[in-house]
Amino acid sequence: MDLGINVVEMLIYLVGIIAFAAGNAAYLVWVERKGAAHIQRRTGPKEVGPYGLLQPLADGAKLMSKQLIIPDGVDKPLFMVAPLIAMVPAIMIFVTIPFSDSIIARDINLGLLMIFAFASVNVLALLLGGWASRNKYAVISAARAVSQNVAYEIPMLIIAITIVMVSGSMNLKEIVDFQAGGFWNWNFLPTNGNFLGPITFVLFFICFMAETNRAPFDLGEAESELIAGFHTEYGSMGFGLFFMGEYANIVIGAALTVILFLGGWYCPFGLTDGIWWFLIKMYLLIWTVVLIRWTYPRVTLWSLLNLSWKILIPFSLFNLLASAGLIKILG
Amino acid sequence: MAGYFTNILSGTKSLLVGLSITQREFFKKPVTLQYPWESLEMTPRYRGHIQLVKDGETGTHKCISCGLCDKGCPSGCITVKGEKQEGVKVKVLVRYDLDFTKCSLCGQCIDNCKPGAIEFSKEYNLASTRKEDFYYDLLKRLKEQK
Repeated sequence: MDLGINVVEMLIYLVGIIAFAAGNAAYLVWVERKGAAHIQRRTGPKEVGPYGLLQPLADGAKLMSKQLIIPDGVDKPLFMVAPLIAMVPAIMIFVTIPFSDSIIARDINLGLLMIFAFASVNVLALLLGGWASRNKYAVISAARAVSQNVAYEIPMLIIAITIVMVSGSMNLKEIVDFQAGGFWNWNFLPTNGNFLGPITFVLFFICFMAETNRAPFDLGEAESELIAGFHTEYGSMGFGLFFMGEYANIVIGAALTVILFLGGWYCPFGLTDGIWWFLIKMYLLIWTVVLIRWTYPRVTLWSLLNLSWKILIPFSLFNLLASAGLIKILG
Repeated sequence: MAGYFTNILSGTKSLLVGLSITQREFFKKPVTLQYPWESLEMTPRYRGHIQLVKDGETGTHKCISCGLCDKGCPSGCITVKGEKQEGVKVKVLVRYDLDFTKCSLCGQCIDNCKPGAIEFSKEYNLASTRKEDFYYDLLKRLKEQK
């Protein structure tokens, strides 16, 4: 009978995760468009439903009803599979994210490792999509995406190692539990005992922005240079899946930042812990990401790689060594 | 190596300033005009197609059917017809047709008009797929304006 309950639980989590990812992808587009509009003192979507709230549904219906055009000369199997590779790992990652003490699909001991393993698959989707398209812009974009992801995964992993050293676990739940009590215990503050917390947090946030290929690091789809980059040749739901994958990755990045640095589901004052605190922190971070996109111009490839190799990697390495030293001395 | 850290610090500061500016703008009211629902008043010197001036005293046009606008029009898009009527000294205007498809809005007709009977309208929502929509009967238009 145990198996039966497990299967039901699995199905509920599966449906819930897919609905959460898709719903977020749809409504983050709305947030993005409204946010961009108001930052530029426009109104944004407002015709479809109150405050344009039905716009994502209309967009979805439009995308789904369009024909999926496969151009001549593309590498058909790769072309078809690339959007799936963009979306599936994003869904997989949600399995191990602890939304609260009890809401977690699978409590895995190496949860952090699993997240990074699946997150690195995302770049493969961009590479395959660009490569299979038989389009010079798509190929340039794929090459850029790979060099960017190689450059930013290194500091991101080094920072993750720092956090694992500080909290002594790779289990995401234990990392959050380590920060229980109040905001002074959170990993991003020096009051936690780790004096380099703020630097670690900022470095991680920059890397997460670069990993999700968001502006100002969206070199892979730089509209002004590469049309639409790796998804130039995609239409219909092929494009839709790439798009949803991108937004799912933003949600994952924000959720991961909340788990690693901002105390997960714990209340800043140690009172009403629960999933709502997780969501509040996550959406505040996502709003910051939107704000950043509409504030900064796109960086050049040269300065993007410079930032990673000359600033982020030395800083994260120094951060790792210093944190290790501090733990040795204080702990 | 000189300037490495100052560069990072000043860069970070300028990025934060940028973020605060966009966040501040976010809370301000939109300045755009929601066009189909609201529209601006046209500027006084805007040139729409011509129309007959409505005289405030008599409540009708001031045209004396002299035909100078017709003669002055380089594109020949104006047709004026007046006739003699019993008991009236001047010719009475019976038709004033404008073929706006040929008009270049040069304003010769208005300059020629002694009594100041025609003016540029402020009409700008003029789009149609039918050519006939741009043949205006200005006398009828004046009557509808009342």
